[in-house]
Amino acid sequence: MDRGQLIETMQEILGPEGVIHEREQLRTYECDGLMNYRVIPDLVVLPESAEQVQQIVQTCYDEGIPFVARGSGTGLSGGALPVESGVLIVLTRMRRILEVDIPNGRVVVEPGVINIWVSQEVADEGYYYAPDPASQIVSSIGGNLAENSGGVHCLKYGFTTNHVMGAEVVLADGSVVHIGGGKAPDAPGYELLGAFVGSEGTLGIATKITLRILRKPEAVRTLLAAFKDTEEAGGAVSGIIGGGIVPAAIEMMDALTIEAVEKQVSPGFPEAGAILIVELDGPEAEVANQFDQVIKVCEENDASEIRIAEDDEERALFWKGRKAAFGAMGSISNDYYVQDGVVPRTELGAVLKKIADLSEEYDLRVANVFHAGDGNLHPLVLYDNDTPGEADKAEELAGEIVFACLEHGGSLTGEHGIGRDKMKYMPQMFTADDMDVMQLLRCAFDPHRICNPGKIFPTPRLCGERPGPFHMHPVQKAGLAENF
Amino acid sequence: MQTQNVPTEELQGIVGEGHVREATAEDAVDGVGPSLVVEPATIEETSEVMKLASREGLAVSPCGGGTKMGLGNPPREVDLILSTARMDQIIEHVPGDQIVRAQAGVRLEDLQEKLAEADQMLGVDPPEEGATIGGIVAANSSGPRRLRYGTVRDLIIGIKVVLADGTVAKAGGKVVKNVAGYDLSKLFTGSLGTLGVIAEANFRLHPIRETARTVFLEVDDHNKIPDVAQELTHSSFSQFVLDALEMRWERDRGVIAALFEGIEPAVVAQSSRAVEVLGSHGETRVLGEDDGEAFWEHFARRPWAAGDVGLKIGAPPADLAAVLDSIVGAAERADAEIRLSGHAGTGVTFAGFSGDEDGLVEIVEEVREIRVRRGGSVVVQEAPLAVKERLDAWGSSGDYLGLTRRVKEKFDPGYIMNPGRFLGGI
Repeated sequence: MDRGQLIETMQEILGPEGVIHEREQLRTYECDGLMNYRVIPDLVVLPESAEQVQQIVQTCYDEGIPFVARGSGTGLSGGALPVESGVLIVLTRMRRILEVDIPNGRVVVEPGVINIWVSQEVADEGYYYAPDPASQIVSSIGGNLAENSGGVHCLKYGFTTNHVMGAEVVLADGSVVHIGGGKAPDAPGYELLGAFVGSEGTLGIATKITLRILRKPEAVRTLLAAFKDTEEAGGAVSGIIGGGIVPAAIEMMDALTIEAVEKQVSPGFPEAGAILIVELDGPEAEVANQFDQVIKVCEENDASEIRIAEDDEERALFWKGRKAAFGAMGSISNDYYVQDGVVPRTELGAVLKKIADLSEEYDLRVANVFHAGDGNLHPLVLYDNDTPGEADKAEELAGEIVFACLEHGGSLTGEHGIGRDKMKYMPQMFTADDMDVMQLLRCAFDPHRICNPGKIFPTPRLCGERPGPFHMHPVQKAGLAENF
Repeated sequence: MQTQNVPTEELQGIVGEGHVREATAEDAVDGVGPSLVVEPATIEETSEVMKLASREGLAVSPCGGGTKMGLGNPPREVDLILSTARMDQIIEHVPGDQIVRAQAGVRLEDLQEKLAEADQMLGVDPPEEGATIGGIVAANSSGPRRLRYGTVRDLIIGIKVVLADGTVAKAGGKVVKNVAGYDLSKLFTGSLGTLGVIAEANFRLHPIRETARTVFLEVDDHNKIPDVAQELTHSSFSQFVLDALEMRWERDRGVIAALFEGIEPAVVAQSSRAVEVLGSHGETRVLGEDDGEAFWEHFARRPWAAGDVGLKIGAPPADLAAVLDSIVGAAERADAEIRLSGHAGTGVTFAGFSGDEDGLVEIVEEVREIRVRRGGSVVVQEAPLAVKERLDAWGSSGDYLGLTRRVKEKFDPGYIMNPGRFLGGI
């Protein structure tokens, strides 16, 4: 099938409006939130239903054409980067909330539904959807599922994977499966849903997603504490967690981040070497008691100032400062590189020191803003693209930072994913065997590797038979089936 | 006596002479007797044993505490029992990071005891005594506190496995937040030893809570249980507030119980509000921490004994009324005695039946037929062999059986890991 025929076939499935094939229009989709990788896809298709997704994938499978699914395109690791001579399946027209089931605490949505819509839909009933990535006003549930998105509240409530209860999935061969129990718990069989969530679009396309919703907490209390430096702030974090408190969120910002945020959105943060935002939520009595404990720990760690949000407005102001941190870097630097790494909480101090040393060595500023409760760092490497060689230097420094995370027992990524961006680092964290075994799963879901190829794994594994003695399956022996 | 076609000496060479023994009748898995029981001490030894098993085409059943060897269908064959008993080291517990890494053979009780020294715990509380970490992960065991902490899949953060061909691989890590690579920890959770041997598992931990209160209500009509459960779930109590919401029903009397754990003032406030909610349905009682512990030890047990048929029913939580009706109705028609328990907050119900064989089979078929229509699953967790031979332990599997088979084929192409016990005869 040549390109013309493919366009025609897709137009038959989707109508003329659902297919984009003019080069200038295709450029809109050449990258996701990570803009240093760009590929113009052969074709962009915009399905409006699961049936259309199935037909698109079936066509790709029959013709051996690779495809990539994309939601809102906010991903930061190039997970939705198109493949050349491939089809980009954009799911932004599948935006229906299909079912709200309060008695079972479930909402069923299409993949293009925006994260925040789910909470908005059930707010009047007193419920919300817990995962809240910073991109939640634009990112889609389908994208959140693919990346296993986190957010500031995942320390207590977990990640996307803890809140997705079922999915209808179109597999690479065009077949449709329903995995996870959805409304019913403990579906028999392998935990296919748990493996699928966070697989970065490489195992299939979710077309219908069942989410768990939670009762809104009775009480929420938030404070902001200023410290001399990140070490003292880190001491407070350890003190809070060590005291048996599981806060809804603990976020840290260093001096450089505070400076940028003040310039950009002026939340009126105190001048300090480090700021912590701590939020507790839950039943009134528990929150009140533990909040006092948090204040005490901050004082013991020589907090120079503690501000308590008196109302929702003030709380929103604290969070506005925090959530604006990435974008605010534009006010102090022409360009910046967002890194995402994880360290065990107890190694935070050592790794922050290492980052400071690296910053000096490379002569580039690094701003630190991170989810301190779970050790998820987001160092922002500041550079100037107009200075020759600086972009490469920034990327190298960012790489050194994740290696430091690994050396201290952490991970390459806490929430942004491996995607295209960090494939090259995978062998630093996993052995060849580790990655081969992971790819056995890929071989089961997508043996021809047409579903988002060229992501996660630096060396794709062939899905042929493994060496070893052949054993005929008993059902084959009995003549009930020829092959599975 | 030299066992036929099992290279005993070679196995002894791998794990040491004292750690290979002839199997006895007690080692049989649902009546299928293995030849040998092998106890490797390390991952390397486990890998060597699996290479040998793979080469010889020996069927292997991994075994930890042995509490779940009756789960699933009877195996098609078992040559070796691979015991993880000697792999019983807690590799690393970092209280400040709230994580633990443990070998598969560590018993949950021992792990909890060690973690308690730092006022921490692993948030899984299955009722069976003597279960090991590996077995709990492989069987996806859970208990009442799953309402708050989730199940194994929600707490496991890393895994090390040995595949059928001896390949050793890890996934995840020792940090709670981590999205690097595929999440094989979850894939292996509940895989019942059919994808490989679980050698190590890493978990996130939670602080042990200061105190506890239990509020419970007795009812004489099983129809009341679903209403009370819904009311509790949708008042201000829900996940992350209530630690457990459980039910039991036996000889026409039932109890519904809510567990609150946390700091004293919070627990007092929450439990008195629960009393208000439950109070409109009948007389409620409140237990302190010590009385509560004894209460839960009994209450959380599975409602069956050897010789009974025990079912685990997964259904939408708001469908509990239909679940109870179907069980009570089927038992009446078959003239069987029933006992029920369940995680009323999460939609898991356990039902134990005793009666004659034909009646028991009829009950399972009837309850299953209703569940297929209304959504959910009915798994036979306990049954006399004669009944097991007439029923599939897992029931229908929906449209994902083909994919499930393909996963199995990739991880264990020779079908040597626990053959036959899993879904669809895998």
